[in-house]
Amino acid sequence: MKALCWVGTNKLSVERIPDPKILNPHDAIVRVRLSSVCGSDLHLLDGYVPTMQEGDVIGHEFMGEVVEVGPALKRMKRGDRVVVGSVISCGGCWFCDHGHFSLCDNGNAHAAIAEKALGYPGAGIFGYSQAFGGYSGSHAEYIRVPFAETGSFIIPEGVPDESAVFCSDAFPTGFMAADMCGIEPGDIVAVWGAGGVGQMAMHSAYLLGASRVIAIDRFPERLAMARKYARAEVLNYEEVDVLEALKEMTGGRGPDRCIDAVGMEAHTPGMEHYYDLVKQQLKIETDRPAVLRQAIMACRKGGTLSIVGVYGGFIDKFPMGAAMNKGLTFRMGQMHAQKYIPRLLEYVQGGSVDPSYLLTHRWPLERGPEGYDMFKHKTNDCMRVVFEP
Amino acid sequence: MPRTPATGTSHVNVGSAERVLSTAAGAVLAYAGIKSKSKVGGAALAALGATLVFRGASGYCPMNDVFGRDSAHEQPEPIEIKETFTIYRPIEQVYGFWRRLENLPRFMEHLESVRQLDERRSHWQGRIPGGLGTIDWEAEITTDEPNRLLAYRSLPGSQIDQSGEVRFREAEGGKGTELQAIMHYRAPAGSLGQGVAKLLNPALAELVRSDMRRFKMLLEAGEIPTVAGQSSGRGHDKI
Ligand SMILES: NC(=O)c1ccc[n+]([C@@H]2O[C@H](COP(=O)([O-])OP(=O)(O)OC[C@H]3O[C@@H](n4cnc5c(N)ncnc54)[C@H](O)[C@@H]3O)[C@@H](O)[C@H]2O)c1
Ligand SMILES: [Zn+2]
Ligand SMILES: [Zn+2]
Repeated sequence: MKALCWVGTNKLSVERIPDPKILNPHDAIVRVRLSSVCGSDLHLLDGYVPTMQEGDVIGHEFMGEVVEVGPALKRMKRGDRVVVGSVISCGGCWFCDHGHFSLCDNGNAHAAIAEKALGYPGAGIFGYSQAFGGYSGSHAEYIRVPFAETGSFIIPEGVPDESAVFCSDAFPTGFMAADMCGIEPGDIVAVWGAGGVGQMAMHSAYLLGASRVIAIDRFPERLAMARKYARAEVLNYEEVDVLEALKEMTGGRGPDRCIDAVGMEAHTPGMEHYYDLVKQQLKIETDRPAVLRQAIMACRKGGTLSIVGVYGGFIDKFPMGAAMNKGLTFRMGQMHAQKYIPRLLEYVQGGSVDPSYLLTHRWPLERGPEGYDMFKHKTNDCMRVVFEP
Repeated sequence: MPRTPATGTSHVNVGSAERVLSTAAGAVLAYAGIKSKSKVGGAALAALGATLVFRGASGYCPMNDVFGRDSAHEQPEPIEIKETFTIYRPIEQVYGFWRRLENLPRFMEHLESVRQLDERRSHWQGRIPGGLGTIDWEAEITTDEPNRLLAYRSLPGSQIDQSGEVRFREAEGGKGTELQAIMHYRAPAGSLGQGVAKLLNPALAELVRSDMRRFKMLLEAGEIPTVAGQSSGRGHDKI
């Protein structure tokens, strides 16, 4: 089959490799119909996620059709049209049993590596480095799905592939970001990053009762989408002073809840960017925490900071004094796909959110390297490239 | 009698004979050698390991009283490995699965088979890592307190000199069963064996830990997750 492989920092290539096989009793094989790029892949591409190996198949946001089921599966059958969450969780540990699927004890085939890095290992993630299990990703014609009945969900009638695919990763991540905020009636929610994850966080904030949502980014087309589809007020951080503008827009109080949907590769205008970039490249600092710093300063006293933008290592110049003295609450994590997907499919089926507008480019897998280049540089008004292997 | 663990604070304490094969210093040495990246050092380690293993009964004098007594002056202190996991399953199930010693090879990577001979005694066969053959030995259960403690040790005369305990305890807050394994092993007498054993201690601890994690995965997830056999875009796999 064809598969898009990581071969080195900022190097991808389409290869022909053997089709996947069932390796464990709870595995299924899914023929991939749509597989999307995600901002998380950019961290792999840019070389900020260690333990990538040359030849790893990437991609983790996908949907498709079941073509083979392992002997221990009970409900799943060939022909099922499913969306599969990007995290691999066992369904049987304490964490899974309590809905914390991304913290699963048993989903990572390389738990010992993750344990060294994190203290305690979390779930696996498709196509996301050896440390997250070394599982082959979805930018391929077929994919092996471990713990298939825990991670896959039948797509209801009437929900098209283009909407369902984002229920794999972008929507559950955005939804969890809003969920962790603990939104109360009347709350104003500010969202940094108007990528796929940020857009879904904005929709979700409204679903969970926010009164107003403010989007912060620098790409006009992304901000336009946030306004048009997610009913957000928008701020271009290259044009205004974000702290001043937020203060003004919130009657001098600051947003009640702040969502970081950007993560470790934040961009900032001016000196701060170069300060962090140089430190990051010298490996003195692994992550660029510009958004975190800004959100801590912006947030209302006693407010909540919800972090779904991914961080990988260490950060610098973290305004702990402001966070502590303002009494902020921090919530964060990789998202619990399996907990949210059924509910999100219902929203989509009922028509309250249609994530399909995130799909700006539908391309064949052969154009994978080109697609990632466009997604990385946000050219051609690209929000998400979705491959059709 | 198995020795009590060095740390007095832990509420569960156990040694595990389970990891019996890998507890043979020679076997692990061979394994480390085979896995080692450096060619020369790796080969030398592997060869040394194999020699230690096959020295067997002639090469090293089996100690009758395996643990707890420093009978002879030159007898080395046993090396201790302690690992703890919580298994999200009822204590009866966790204890019961382990107590059926025939189950052990399902999660102990280098164990080929275990056969119960009678209530107390069992016959074990392990694979020497790296395809260097197998070793057999007999072990006996020294303590069996259902849902609490299981202790065993290799019998005098075995090529493996090892003992261990596995302790079971209900975790607070419905989190399942705490499982702690503490094992002691003694390398062949003499400074070479001692040095080697010290050197290998971290690798051994990792093997024990890896087996216990596999046990947890098997009980909680019903399988041991793997990517072995998966295709990739790496050299030999490309079409
Ligand atoms: N927690 C999870 O489980 C999970 C799942 C999926 C994605 N993510 C993470 O979410 C983040 C966003 O993913 P995405 O797919 O939307 O990525 P994306 O690259 O499409 O979007 C990121 C956006 O952030 C904007 N941005 C950069 N610096 C900024 C700044 N200083 N202020 C405001 N905006 C800024 C960019 O302009 C871009 O539009 C990534 O870090 C990704 O790794 C996390
Ligand atoms: Zn993602
Ligand atoms: Zn789990």
